Amino acid sequence: MAKEIGAISWKELPLGTAVLEPGSSSRLKTGDWRSKHPVTDYDTCIKCGFCYIYCPDMVYSPTEEGYYEANLFYCKGCGICAYECPKKCITMVEDGSDE
Amino acid sequence: MSERVGIEVSIALAEAVKQANVDVVAAYPITPQTHIVEHLSELVADGELDAEFIPVESEHSAMSCSIGAAAAGARVFTATSSQGMALMVEIVFIASSLRLPIVMAMANRAMSGPISIWNDHSDIMLARDTGWIQTVAENGQEMYDSLFHAYRVAEDHGVLLPMIINMDGFTVSHVIEPIEILDQKDVDKYLKPYDWAQRLDPKNPITMGPVGMPEVYTEARMALEEAVKASKPTILKGWKEFGDLTGRYYNPVETYLTEDADTILVTMGSIGETAMTAVDGMRAKGHKVGVARIRLYRPFPNEEVVAALKNAKYVGVVDRYLSFGGNGGPLATEIRSLFYNQSSRPFIFNFIAGLGGRDVTVENFEEMASDVKSLASSNSSELYQIINVRE
Repeated sequence: MAKEIGAISWKELPLGTAVLEPGSSSRLKTGDWRSKHPVTDYDTCIKCGFCYIYCPDMVYSPTEEGYYEANLFYCKGCGICAYECPKKCITMVEDGSDE
Repeated sequence: MSERVGIEVSIALAEAVKQANVDVVAAYPITPQTHIVEHLSELVADGELDAEFIPVESEHSAMSCSIGAAAAGARVFTATSSQGMALMVEIVFIASSLRLPIVMAMANRAMSGPISIWNDHSDIMLARDTGWIQTVAENGQEMYDSLFHAYRVAEDHGVLLPMIINMDGFTVSHVIEPIEILDQKDVDKYLKPYDWAQRLDPKNPITMGPVGMPEVYTEARMALEEAVKASKPTILKGWKEFGDLTGRYYNPVETYLTEDADTILVTMGSIGETAMTAVDGMRAKGHKVGVARIRLYRPFPNEEVVAALKNAKYVGVVDRYLSFGGNGGPLATEIRSLFYNQSSRPFIFNFIAGLGGRDVTVENFEEMASDVKSLASSNSSELYQIINVRE
């Protein structure tokens, strides 16, 4: 967890706080400060992919059946997917309430 | 053998930059730094220096270009003064945080306003907290010599920090002095070609200057603090080896007749030479006065300052800048705080002198040496005085 958010000793920081590995930010968990997360009702979903297109953090990815699945590792809970969904089948749910 | 020539200090410094064989010069002309940059542009245009001269549109761009070039692995030189430092200061902080060994000369000049092109230490103090190493030269020979020392220190893999070499504007930068120009063979012996530690390279991509979230920022600042402090042994080694090569040895604090002195005046920059003349006169009259001249400003030479001043009864610190509404000048404030935890300490008083080109004369130093004694016995809570003010 400490490494995930970049929390290391000052002695271990690379020279000039440079990032030495390209793309390493993909390992930083940035979805840890949302208060709500999206839940999709797949009975209503028409596979239009609006959530996939509009999500600013590329949380959604297509499944084999053609639906779109959320990986909440990067989700900030902004609600853009729920707002843009033409069938209103995405609900923003309080974090922790559905665990 | 070194050759001794009569030469304007700014031109000598530009020649030193040529001898250091820099790859990139990015600088914007500003009085009193102009002659350095002008001469460098001539050297590049005439093919005497094989470097990229970037005629930038501002000091902000000068420092930005310097950072870009240094990040690509180039040896970089730039120069500025007062208002120019103010305009570039945002990027000056970035250079040290990226640990890029850029060398910058400052011909010290007062900050406006009122508009002043003349000398004081406004710009040194403006750059004080930027994480750069800073040295202050007293005369032209020192300034010429400090260019080689600066690259030697800054580029050392145990240091990797940018460095400002200071000289007083006009009083040093524009005078013609007899300067020993080093033989190129000696320069090459002292200063090896730049061996970068980390650079931007498409074959091995890295990110320089990413955001530092609260989880990282404190550690990054700690790393910079430790790097600046840890640079001191390399600074001393660089001076020692320069002395072995040229016979000119430099120290973080230079003392003059301080050993038996009851009164010591502390100076930084060219007024140290006037102070020594004043001390000679006062000694002839039987007064035990000495001078301590600060050459290394960042990292601050705590041990050397304490060693130089601890046996004196009265210390008068001469600042060439004032922190308005504070407790005087930055140099005196720092020295006073350094002595607070010492078991015995001299009486320390601060004189603000030589603002915006006002002369600081031998008579001024005689008055300061005498005033610091009478102030000590006056039980006054006064911490500093601006001298030479017309009422």
